[in-house]
Amino acid sequence: MSPDMIVNILAATVVAGTPLLIVALGELICERSGVLNLGQEGMMLIGAVAGFAGVYASGSLLVGVIAGMAAGVGMSLLFGFMAITLAANQYAAGLALTIFGTGLSAFVGTDFVGKTIDGFTKLPIPFLSDIPVLGPVLFNHDLLVYVSLGLFVAVYVFLRHSRGGLLLRAVGESPESANANGLPVLLIRYLAVSFGGAMAGLSGAYLSLAYTPLWTEGMTAGRGWIALALVVFATWRPVRVLLGAYLFGLASILHLVLQGFGWDISPELLAMLPYVVTVVVLVLLSANPTRTRLHTPLSIGQPWRPSR
Amino acid sequence: MLSLERRQVDSRLMEYLSPVLALVLTVITGFLIFLGLDRDPVEGLRLFFIVPISDAVGVAELGLKAAPLLLCAAGLTICYRARIWNIGAEGHFLMGAVGATIAALHFGEGTGFWILPVVLLAGIACGALWSAIAAFLKTHFHCNEILTTIMLNYIALNLLLYAVHGPLKDPYGFSFPQSAMFGDAALLPMLIPGTRLHIGLLFALLAAVAVGVLFARTFIGFQLKVLGEDHKAAEFAGFPRKRLVWFAFLVAGGLAGLAGASEVTGPIGQLIPQVSPGYGYTAIIVVFMGRMKAVGLILASALLALTFLGGEMMQIGMNLPKAMTGLFQGLLLFYLLTCDAFIHYRIRLTRRHVTASAGTNTPLATQES
Repeated sequence: MSPDMIVNILAATVVAGTPLLIVALGELICERSGVLNLGQEGMMLIGAVAGFAGVYASGSLLVGVIAGMAAGVGMSLLFGFMAITLAANQYAAGLALTIFGTGLSAFVGTDFVGKTIDGFTKLPIPFLSDIPVLGPVLFNHDLLVYVSLGLFVAVYVFLRHSRGGLLLRAVGESPESANANGLPVLLIRYLAVSFGGAMAGLSGAYLSLAYTPLWTEGMTAGRGWIALALVVFATWRPVRVLLGAYLFGLASILHLVLQGFGWDISPELLAMLPYVVTVVVLVLLSANPTRTRLHTPLSIGQPWRPSR
Repeated sequence: MLSLERRQVDSRLMEYLSPVLALVLTVITGFLIFLGLDRDPVEGLRLFFIVPISDAVGVAELGLKAAPLLLCAAGLTICYRARIWNIGAEGHFLMGAVGATIAALHFGEGTGFWILPVVLLAGIACGALWSAIAAFLKTHFHCNEILTTIMLNYIALNLLLYAVHGPLKDPYGFSFPQSAMFGDAALLPMLIPGTRLHIGLLFALLAAVAVGVLFARTFIGFQLKVLGEDHKAAEFAGFPRKRLVWFAFLVAGGLAGLAGASEVTGPIGQLIPQVSPGYGYTAIIVVFMGRMKAVGLILASALLALTFLGGEMMQIGMNLPKAMTGLFQGLLLFYLLTCDAFIHYRIRLTRRHVTASAGTNTPLATQES
């Protein structure tokens, strides 16, 4: 394998990992507040179609991105109403969100199938992109890739070094104690869920505005679910989310790489690689339950309402 | 202001009223959607909910769509009662279809009454085998079953695509990605002549009743229920958790596999990539709508089957996208969960200002409000 090829593969890995990174960062914040939102896939699809519609109608990529994020937030508020206000089962509410989002996005998106837009284009960063290897891998991408890296830094700093991050984690570990200390538990959870929605929407918009740029029904192809696995894989820590996202990104382009080598494997079999990798990674990680349990936000998945 | 208050006792009435309310709210929302699309809402709802079942052929089609939903939902009910979040029915279904196809193609044009049972058993076995993977990963590696089953769904879909593009492809099929047509001995007998309704519906009804009996009359059903409601209690009682998990997965996989096998040996008669319009996912809604009870499951599977027919009718009658099906299904589950909250909670009109200050009349009390 030539060095050029490796650089190309790494660059493609970053691009393929970006939507996973964005949605997983949102879900990380959401889960740290104790709320498990299985609706990522639905929110991403809605974000993708809203983003595409925004650009199609206005011609402005900014409008598309905002539309995608706003649609994601809207979906997440529906989930929040059920899972936080009504204290419904979070698993069921999340599944409902995915089923609803899949249906709604397909319905809204029917008119956009086969349409084209001018998506995000590469925006090399001056000087930095000239660095050998590192330049093309990290600094020769579209704007949203850089945004995703900025988001990663923001989430990392927020969780580790800010008062807000501390409050968020307190709510996630024990809503009861947080409430006793006078924290607005439900509000904090709503904010966390909305952030997750915004990120899922942005991630979906990335797919329909930068990655392809097209709208097709069910175009997220399970990325929302993979992101959920990714957060478990990362044991709820941002740095591992970043590494994991690129690992899964690599898995999702591996079939292109192998085809490039002239391996004669059916494309359908190769297409299942990212899912197989996800299962294998889950097995490797979950084999030691204590390790996972140590890092799991304690109240995750449990609906909580103030007793008063 | 309005506030939610925990009920002392869960409301039985709301438990049964909730699916009905959800349907009513879905229909109202549908009305508004048609208005928003500038279409006649009454005509739209009539086309979606009534026209598809206005004649005998339509009712038979309803049964045809309800059968796989009910089979999948019956199996999922066993899992969900035990709080095992198996969302892999779609994958079990697809593998069942592939397994049955392998058997059916093996027998070709052969004759014999035993061919059909063997073909169906192959489907059941493949479905159960597929769910066994998730069961194994859960009991031995503590993997979250939601994530493993959804991944296995995607893997199964790709295996199906591989099969129809590769080893199971009809050599004389003009390179269409589909298997050869099955021999007559591998096809399910018809239930009503002149329609496409086959005896798969009987399997489904039987499965629903069997699941009802399992939970009402058997010890294993009781153990599953306890496991779901309080897994610590199940542990103290010495119930075999792993074995129960395996039981739930294998039965769910087998039933969904049978659904897949019935689909290829029934209305389709061959393996095609679009063998499932998402039956395995819709079955999740059936379980929740049907309150995990036999009669409820049967009614709910008919309703959800209607959403498939209604979606097709939308396309034909109003030139609206078929995706209307998914939209209505999502709405239904959404409203159901919302209404379900009122099983445990009631809405209270509270006027804190008045009550708080009337009692104590201290500055503190007014501040609190």
